[in-house]
Amino acid sequence: MPAVDPPLALLAELTHRCPLACPYCSNPVELERASAELSGGEWQRVLSEAAALGVLQVHFSGGEPMVRRELGTLIAEAAAHGLYSNLITSGALGGEREIAAFAEAGLRHVQLSLQDHEASNADRIAGLAGAFERKVKFAAAVRAAGLPLTLNMVVHRQNLDGVAEMIDMAQSLGARRVEIAHVQYYAWALENRAALLPTRAQLDEATRVVEAARERLKGVLAIDYVVPDYYGVRPKSCMNGWGRQFLNVMPSGTVVPCHAAQTIPGLTFPSVRETSLANIWYRSDAFNRFRGTDWMPEPCRDCDRREIDWGGCRCQALALTGDASRTDPVCALSPDHALVEAALSEANASSPPLIYRAYR
Amino acid sequence: MSGERLMVDAASVLTLAPHIVFRFDETRQRWIMMAPERLMLPDEQAVEILQLVDGKASVDGIVDALAAKFNAPREEIAGDVTEMLQDLADKGCLADAGR
Repeated sequence: MPAVDPPLALLAELTHRCPLACPYCSNPVELERASAELSGGEWQRVLSEAAALGVLQVHFSGGEPMVRRELGTLIAEAAAHGLYSNLITSGALGGEREIAAFAEAGLRHVQLSLQDHEASNADRIAGLAGAFERKVKFAAAVRAAGLPLTLNMVVHRQNLDGVAEMIDMAQSLGARRVEIAHVQYYAWALENRAALLPTRAQLDEATRVVEAARERLKGVLAIDYVVPDYYGVRPKSCMNGWGRQFLNVMPSGTVVPCHAAQTIPGLTFPSVRETSLANIWYRSDAFNRFRGTDWMPEPCRDCDRREIDWGGCRCQALALTGDASRTDPVCALSPDHALVEAALSEANASSPPLIYRAYR
Repeated sequence: MSGERLMVDAASVLTLAPHIVFRFDETRQRWIMMAPERLMLPDEQAVEILQLVDGKASVDGIVDALAAKFNAPREEIAGDVTEMLQDLADKGCLADAGR
């Protein structure tokens, strides 16, 4: 096992509760309930341990993190430890008063999700009437508090044709950065894959629009663009490698290397209620299982990109092949690549109704 | 946020944008720069330049200071410094501090 570097970033999933019901939510299909959530005091300890471990950035997320009344206190705790804090929010709860208090407590940045540039489709996808209007007001509150704003536009077959309008909207809301991020097919999105995968023609047109806008808006609006990896040739460098830079603390305190890791059978993820974050990062079997390159099968093992894409995504290998230790099938070199082609054909031939996120 | 690109020239006086943190990290024993959802690890040369971006010195002044410190040709340094600062400005890391 090679030397393990300290983690760079902590994703703090304060809760799975959320007023929206997006059918591509990255939370697990089995959502954790309020009764299982860490207390504010436990989260303060997690932040303190994270800073001591070398974490530099904390992303407060959920669910909707503003559900938790302790959020302001936690932002202040993060700031006291020198952590750079980011709020990842739906913008569906709270407004000027809360944002001003967060800025005062030391919040550095807000990432606001939008479901479309147009209210009725946005509210349909979010599963909440009036959500779009609240989000637009929320964006104004963020700018009024002097905080930098990133818009996160999640795109898929049912809104991808509006990419040009989404970029215009990001500018008009005062964002300095926009993420045009394609749905990633895990959890709820995997259940809705046939309804969400875009066509090749849609994707090519969106890419053309984004590239032109990037050129036109250089230095004015940064555009991060995440394409659906099903259409790629090589896999994404998922989390920049398993247990290499990121850790994710779930609402109940379970620590995982990424959102979907709990779907992998045979791995036991420890909780911050049982042991220290340092122990989990450096010594747990779960974090060591897919670290580095020793675990890799062919064709990854001898691939000259093995330390670029780190074998792609373990959860995607599991979801598509049933075995998390295989090469990510989106790689054209994977022996399982036909599974991805089959998923694309299936999606292009059907359009099932959306299954909305909910407690089951 | 202004809707215009910040252009860097010899007379520009620059400061770090308010949401940027540039500090020494004790864990890694190196300088780091943090921006929204981005971590940058400036190399030695970039660290020397960034330490002089203080909202008072002009780009010309920064070049003079570096040329003196490293006893290096001014023209070469001026090109490198302007290029790096323009790149950081385009990433939203710098703000105009007036001139």
